[in-house]
Amino acid sequence: MPDVIEQQDLYVSSFRALERKFAARDPRWLSRIRQEAIRSFAELGFPTVRDEEWRFTNVAPLTNVMFQAAPDETDSWKGEGLERALAGDSPDIRLVFVNGHYSERFSVIRNRAVGFEAGSLAALLRQKDGALEAHLARYANFRIHPFVALNTAFWQDGAYLRFPKGLVLEKPVQVVYVSTADETPLISSPRTLIVAEREAQATVVESYLGLGPGVCFSNAVTEIVVGENAVLDHYKFQGENERSFHMATSQIYQDRNANYSSGSISLGGALVRNEVNAVLDAAGAECALHGLYLVRGRQHVDNQTTLEHAKPHGSSRELYHGILDDRATGVFNGRVIVRPGAQKTDALQKNRNLLLSPDAAIDTKPQLEIYNNDVRCTHGATIGQLDPEALFYLRSRGIGSEDARNMLVYAFAGDILERVRPAGVRAWIEAAFHARLAQGLSPKEVL
Amino acid sequence: MLTIKNLHASAAGREILRGIDLEIKAGEVHAIMGPNGSGKSTLAQVLAGRDLYTVTAGKVLYDGNDLLAMKPEERARAGIFLAFQYPVEIPGVSNLYFLRSAVNSIRKARGLEELDAFDFLQVSDGKMKLLGMDPSFRERPVNAGFSGGEKKRNEIFQMAMLEPRLAILDETDSGLDIDALKTVADGVNAMRSPDRAILVVTHYQRLLNYIVPDFVHVLANGRIVKSGRKELALELEEKGYVGLETTVAY
Ligand SMILES: Nc1ncnc2c1ncn2[C@@H]1O[C@H](COP(=O)(O)OP(=O)(O)OP(=O)(O)O)[C@@H](O)[C@H]1O
Ligand SMILES: [Mg+2]
Repeated sequence: MPDVIEQQDLYVSSFRALERKFAARDPRWLSRIRQEAIRSFAELGFPTVRDEEWRFTNVAPLTNVMFQAAPDETDSWKGEGLERALAGDSPDIRLVFVNGHYSERFSVIRNRAVGFEAGSLAALLRQKDGALEAHLARYANFRIHPFVALNTAFWQDGAYLRFPKGLVLEKPVQVVYVSTADETPLISSPRTLIVAEREAQATVVESYLGLGPGVCFSNAVTEIVVGENAVLDHYKFQGENERSFHMATSQIYQDRNANYSSGSISLGGALVRNEVNAVLDAAGAECALHGLYLVRGRQHVDNQTTLEHAKPHGSSRELYHGILDDRATGVFNGRVIVRPGAQKTDALQKNRNLLLSPDAAIDTKPQLEIYNNDVRCTHGATIGQLDPEALFYLRSRGIGSEDARNMLVYAFAGDILERVRPAGVRAWIEAAFHARLAQGLSPKEVL
Repeated sequence: MLTIKNLHASAAGREILRGIDLEIKAGEVHAIMGPNGSGKSTLAQVLAGRDLYTVTAGKVLYDGNDLLAMKPEERARAGIFLAFQYPVEIPGVSNLYFLRSAVNSIRKARGLEELDAFDFLQVSDGKMKLLGMDPSFRERPVNAGFSGGEKKRNEIFQMAMLEPRLAILDETDSGLDIDALKTVADGVNAMRSPDRAILVVTHYQRLLNYIVPDFVHVLANGRIVKSGRKELALELEEKGYVGLETTVAY
């Protein structure tokens, strides 16, 4: 088993092997960024539990696996299991990536309005879209974050969405990252860039699906720019299998009166970390972060959020619900920063957890850094069990113990699920959630 | 239908029921009265299968079967219904979804076809009307934010939907104004039939004017200290439980 330093060197040397290929394809500004990113990774190395931000998440299980980057086999891929895993409604835009490569065959692009860009980032780079250079890798900070650095150095492809000024899209846009790993553990570095220009309004559903039985590692970075008065609803569905790894950072930049909301649904892999960082960098921005995680067995899921209020009159609402069974573990770290100039900030944060087993555990903490007196910030975290009285009440009406339990778990999740706005997306997420529950978290027979 | 023999039960290491004997036959209505803390709710909860209480001695036969060996849901499916003294609030689960699941799991156990959403609405419409409940109650989460009286009505509504053979009503009258009390009593009386039995737990003889019992028992300190016909309730109303409690020997 290679140690961490060796692993780190392996990543750096595999970059060296690839850099020529990248350079042949990338514009110069991008090559420079990749070089900087790999240097930064070489300096930072993988995090350890001695790093404050990684105290409760040990990445050793991930660094112990020898991953390979999958070759581009999208042409021969038959799409096994894809239809079933997708949201039901027929989208106008669906971008599908298989093991990090764009699949034209399974993607859908139709009824695209003038000025609306949607497609493969790698392909659109060749069209010299000025917005790309202006935004790509400008928000997610590869200088301080090793996994962001790795993604920035290695990414092959991902989705690019630019909603032009004033465009109002009714139908959710789907971005689908599929892993088909079988015997060989596969790594992919999906890179997503979403730019909602002034007054645009759109919904994006970003999903990570495991359609193969093997181990995959999705190391994802999503950058989102929400322009003045724009409204962006963003759902992220993490659904790789329970042997897999998922490290993801969503970095959001909000302009004046921009309205961003996210729903992060995590059904867990072996080791999952979702970071959502929003910077409210102009007056009147609104941000809502919702999350739901459901883990069992020995899964570990870590949700890290940072809400940075940099300018006045911003408001943020954050609500994360977690359900943990068996020996599963979780982390919630909700950081709220209110900069000196951000008076009249209104921030609310809540994290509620339901432990279904005495061996499950969650570390939850709010982290408030408030440098302004004229603000309203409330936060709260709870950890609880299923209410035995409620369970008994349901059972006394003839409902079986497992159904009763699922009903209560589902009700707990309902606070988050009901906030998923598009009905089709909600039904799809609810079905996935139900399916996971029905597989039996770990049914305990109680008399 | 129900035979309770020398039932002892305790909670948190403390004995609450200290030897209960009771026989209830199909078609009968029994009332249990008694002072606060005498163990009335404990008895009701033990019969419904609440695992908070440990039965330390005695047995309970329901239709000749060992009731205590059955899970709460099995008891419900076999026709036992408990209207809770303190109905539990379950935010996030709609009354409709909850009750349809309950009705259908019981129907399934009885070999009946499950009710689809349409049939369920039809059947429940009629029963809600009878109980003077607004249909909007169905859409609301189970008991969440209901007033005391609304919760009690909701219990009786559930009973009407589940059509039990043995209904145990724990203080269903407390907190009801006289009109609500009459409506609830009408709902209960509508259920009376030769193959059903009802066990009413109450503090007040008032309810027994509307649900007239065949037998009245006085529970004090975990034992039935006196049993009689419906006149006993009147007597208790006049004289209170004094005397009765003190006759219990330690
Ligand atoms: N779970 C429990 N743990 C410990 N003690 C309990 C528990 N449940 C009930 N008791 C105690 O047992 C006694 C009987 O309680 P119970 O609720 O059965 O009385 P009750 O006759 O229904 O009273 P009320 O008229 O107030 O409803 C009380 O002293 C009560 O405090
Ligand atoms: Mg009581």
